[in-house]
Amino acid sequence: MQESTANQVAANATSSFTEHLQRDRPGLLPFSRSLQGGASVAAPVQVPHATTIVAMSYGGGVLMAGDRRATMGNVIASRHIEKVFPADHFSVLGIAGTAGIAIDLTRLFQVELEHYEKIEGTQLSLEGKANRLGAMIRGNLPMALQGLAVVPLFAGFDTSAGVGRLFSYDVTGGRYEEHEHHTVGSGSVFARGALKKLWRPNLTAAQALSVAVESLYDAADDDSATGGPDTVRQLWPVVYTVDRTGARRVPEAELAAASRSVIEARTIAGREA
Amino acid sequence: MTQQFYVSPEQLMKDRADFARKGIARGRSVVVISCADGIALVAENPSPSLHKIGEIYDKIAFAAVGKYNEFESLRQAGVRYADVRGYSYDREDVTARGLASVYAQSLGAVFTAEQKPFEVELAVAEVGSTQAEDHLYRLTFDGSIADEHSFVVMGGQAEKVSSAIGAGWQASLGFADAVRLALKGLTPATEGEQPAASLPPSALEVAVLDRLSESSRGTRRAFRRLNDADITALLA
Repeated sequence: MQESTANQVAANATSSFTEHLQRDRPGLLPFSRSLQGGASVAAPVQVPHATTIVAMSYGGGVLMAGDRRATMGNVIASRHIEKVFPADHFSVLGIAGTAGIAIDLTRLFQVELEHYEKIEGTQLSLEGKANRLGAMIRGNLPMALQGLAVVPLFAGFDTSAGVGRLFSYDVTGGRYEEHEHHTVGSGSVFARGALKKLWRPNLTAAQALSVAVESLYDAADDDSATGGPDTVRQLWPVVYTVDRTGARRVPEAELAAASRSVIEARTIAGREA
Repeated sequence: MTQQFYVSPEQLMKDRADFARKGIARGRSVVVISCADGIALVAENPSPSLHKIGEIYDKIAFAAVGKYNEFESLRQAGVRYADVRGYSYDREDVTARGLASVYAQSLGAVFTAEQKPFEVELAVAEVGSTQAEDHLYRLTFDGSIADEHSFVVMGGQAEKVSSAIGAGWQASLGFADAVRLALKGLTPATEGEQPAASLPPSALEVAVLDRLSESSRGTRRAFRRLNDADITALLA
């Protein structure tokens, strides 16, 4: 009798917000229900899709950047969407895929990390954060099979090892640690090509910023679903850096300067392809 | 077969209340002070890891006295309540008033329905953008709830500590002065001329809710726990 009470208490003790929701409020989870009836693999529903995210390591940390476009088929669904978010003080995540589910997953992940920190009184390790994100993506697998996939990119500063690290995921929640740099989303192929030529070990934060902006520029050049810097509307990519002192959003003024210098260099070069 | 003796409801409630009061008075006091810089929470607590003060949400903190297992389960329930509410509505829809009323209901239910009441007393503090918008709620073991202004003292020799702090409290106090005032109240008074030995930082648990956390630290989470070095620096 006593032993079963102890087991019950132990089983109920969770530091995970997602587990708590699964137990008490399953309706609030972004991936709780599967689509019924009409939607089939042959005719996926038309919803906004978020596109290209690039991330790279530099001397002292990691940097993540995302363009500002969401598309729905051939239509631009949003020019202002933000796809890179701070997850907590020492990590950021970027999302590609179905925008609605991805933004909800991001919110859930942010609360998950903060919840753990408040319940336990200590931060989750970077590996632990990466594993939790993988489990959430796996939870979304039934939706992914119906065409509503979400693929994140996760970057953070490992405070115990003192280095910045990158993690990529597949739709089944598989987690892979990436070195140097990585890209996800529809324009990722072009962005990766650019990164292979532009990235060097031990870049400074400012150099990494201009490499990220230039690789997104190349992605936007060849992928219609990726938005380039918009000088008319003053829209620049969203960029976060994470280093020993924590995550920091790069201010608009720095982004504008970096974007303009890329555009200027390309204009002077005057090349066709 | 044993005969069940009749106990009047008045007597039953009185016995339970006396039992809970005794448990709470055995511990040491916790002080929550609203001041110009925000809200300071100070506890006499020699353990660096078993906290009496905790973060609930962006602007909300929790302080408790009594039995650790009981208030810790209440603290965790409060964090869950706040996170579910903030996740399903919006972050600004989480208020100390809502949390305090949930605590009051659970404490009240335990007091009347369970074998033994919770031997705890809680404070829920919410920092506002001005001092007039600060909220301090005191919750007792039977589910009573009180809306306090300026400061709350719970546990131990609460009345003595309370009168010492009431004498020195002003709205214009900064964090350093508020913590000093709390320390003055917590330090046991000694007889005669000898000045009382002040508590060392290692015997204290101090946390603050910064009123301007967005502009000073760039975060909406106002709660900040001070370690020994921070306390020494603050009081220097």
